[in-house]
Amino acid sequence: MQVALFITCVNDTLFPGTGKAVVSLLRRLGCDVDFPAAQTCCGQMHVNTGYREEGVRLARHFTEVFAGYDAVVAPSGSCAAMVREQYPKLAKPGSRGAAAIAEVAPKVYELSEFLIDVLKVEDVGAYFPHRVTYHPTCHSLRGLHLGDRPTRLLRNVRGLELVPLPGSEECCGFGGTFAVKNPAVSAAMGADKTRNILDTGAEVLCAADNSCLMHIGGTLRRQKTGVRTMHLAEILASTEETQ
Amino acid sequence: MSATFLGMPGNFPENSAKAVQDSQLRFNLRKATHTIRGKRAGVVGELPDWQELRAAGKAIKDHTLRNLDRYLLQLEEAVTGAGGTVHWARDAAEANRIVTDLVKATGETEVVKVKSMATQEIELNQALAEHGITAYETDLAELIVQLGDDFPSHILVPAIHRNRSEIREIFLDRMPDAPRDLTDDPPALTEAARLHLRERFLRSKVAISGANFMVAETGTLVVLESEGNGRMCLSLPETLISVVGIEKLLPSWRDLEVFLQLLPRSSTGERMNPYTSMWTGSVEGQDFHLVLLDNGRTDVLADEVGRQALRCIRCSACLNVCPVYERAGGHAYGSVYPGPIGAILTPQLRGMSSELDASLPFASSLCGACYEVCPVAIDIPEVLVDLRAKAPHAAAERAGMKVAGWILNDHNRLARAQRAATRVRGFVPKRLPGPLSAWTDTRDVPEIPEESFRDWWERNERA
Repeated sequence: MQVALFITCVNDTLFPGTGKAVVSLLRRLGCDVDFPAAQTCCGQMHVNTGYREEGVRLARHFTEVFAGYDAVVAPSGSCAAMVREQYPKLAKPGSRGAAAIAEVAPKVYELSEFLIDVLKVEDVGAYFPHRVTYHPTCHSLRGLHLGDRPTRLLRNVRGLELVPLPGSEECCGFGGTFAVKNPAVSAAMGADKTRNILDTGAEVLCAADNSCLMHIGGTLRRQKTGVRTMHLAEILASTEETQ
Repeated sequence: MSATFLGMPGNFPENSAKAVQDSQLRFNLRKATHTIRGKRAGVVGELPDWQELRAAGKAIKDHTLRNLDRYLLQLEEAVTGAGGTVHWARDAAEANRIVTDLVKATGETEVVKVKSMATQEIELNQALAEHGITAYETDLAELIVQLGDDFPSHILVPAIHRNRSEIREIFLDRMPDAPRDLTDDPPALTEAARLHLRERFLRSKVAISGANFMVAETGTLVVLESEGNGRMCLSLPETLISVVGIEKLLPSWRDLEVFLQLLPRSSTGERMNPYTSMWTGSVEGQDFHLVLLDNGRTDVLADEVGRQALRCIRCSACLNVCPVYERAGGHAYGSVYPGPIGAILTPQLRGMSSELDASLPFASSLCGACYEVCPVAIDIPEVLVDLRAKAPHAAAERAGMKVAGWILNDHNRLARAQRAATRVRGFVPKRLPGPLSAWTDTRDVPEIPEESFRDWWERNERA
């Protein structure tokens, strides 16, 4: 199966390891992975901060780059939700843009959705002998309604001990530019989230969004907790050989 | 006399930064919101048709709002036919003048009040005070707020920021008939308030209320409450004046059935609230006046995205699940409408000309918890994002976002920017300057990788 990887600008720039993990994981599962070089950003930061014009331009660019692919996989619940949930609201009903969005948006999958709903696998053959807790990011939880897909994948990872995260459904406080526009509340939410993570005794915090992990991980590192953050793709890509 | 929100200085980030420092406040808010949140989840979860009820609530409100002109005239006719008098108020000043004149005409200088958001919104108590009329709040929490010269901080539980020892202090200090040996035991506190209020109910000749719903077909007004104090005010005084926002309308009794299920389960987390009072026009010789309040609502109705905020039934479910409200508290929002619903309602009703009002659409991480619990399915994140596009932006931010947009719109520009960032990796300070310090005050910055994903792909895969 041919798959286009939408890496997302945050992963591309700051977390290339996540992209490499997606490539190796999807190839291991028999997919032919393409990376359309012209891709950039879904436009979420601009739209959600009130810069609609710039956001619409980026959305148009996205629909042009990914038109024609049967499946587009993004290692980000937030960016996938942007395309699927918010793009349709950006174009005038009946316009060419709306038609282009209607064509592309349903083919955009967050990684765990693609694995479970399209490839129909729950055991991806991964090995990761660590104590892990999972934070369901808001846009994957309430935007895409991923439900237990990510944790079903994690439960099938050999050696992995999955511990429940108290208050898991509460926002970590990242919220894009919210983190710098309302730093006090964002930090207070982050502090409560990290306290819950530490209570689990997990070595690794896993999520389907590196942007949230950047905020939580930045807080964990500042507090010198020793808890690592890892994207879901990186755990699922791990095998005996890579450990 | 309670303080007023209008003209409050500051902005949401500053106000909330002060609030998060207050560990007592955070403890009170967390405890209260999590308790109500849990109760709501329980009574909503037991209904197999909750999502259908929610969809019905949304559809009924949307239909009513689309035909508001027609239903308002129908209501006016029904209320008038039942012996009541209907007044139309364009804005707060007009509503306050109408109510003041009506009270003056009775010759009374004291009124009792049923808990009402609309009269808080127009700051009626202050307007009456300017004309020598004293308004007494009779809802227990509103009484605590009023006695403490305080601001309400929650729609359903306005004194949520107070704990029982603070309430005891307020009662001893400001309630002349409070027993001197009053303890902070909740039954003792409510008993003191009960005796204090009973006196007022029996003495007052004029009452002022709002309403949760108005039924157009019969002209019936509906108030839901927990304490029964509202019913005292509605039934005992000779004159009753109700100030109600024009969006509180429902076409028929059949429609009301849906909302009598949605509201108590969403607000107090009860299957049914203890007291539901309904009255139609002038009852048993009571002189009844209905003041229909616009105060910005028709402007909201004209906005295609924002108009869904008018579906709101003031249940506060969104406040109780909001992680931002839980840390910031209600006062940070500078309005009688705090929390997620306030963040979309206040900027629409008041505009965004003040620094505070312009900061409200950004007072959210867009986590979506509010939308999920809203009994009339108001997509609050959608309205927030729409308002953010209309809000004024600082020049420096606008310039930065323009540059970011320019870079992100072309993959070659993005690749060059990524390589430039790679060259300075290792030189990134632990504390960043300017607005980015907001990030590094509490968090480490992520390490810039040796190479972007796209360069790695180009090097390894493209060949």
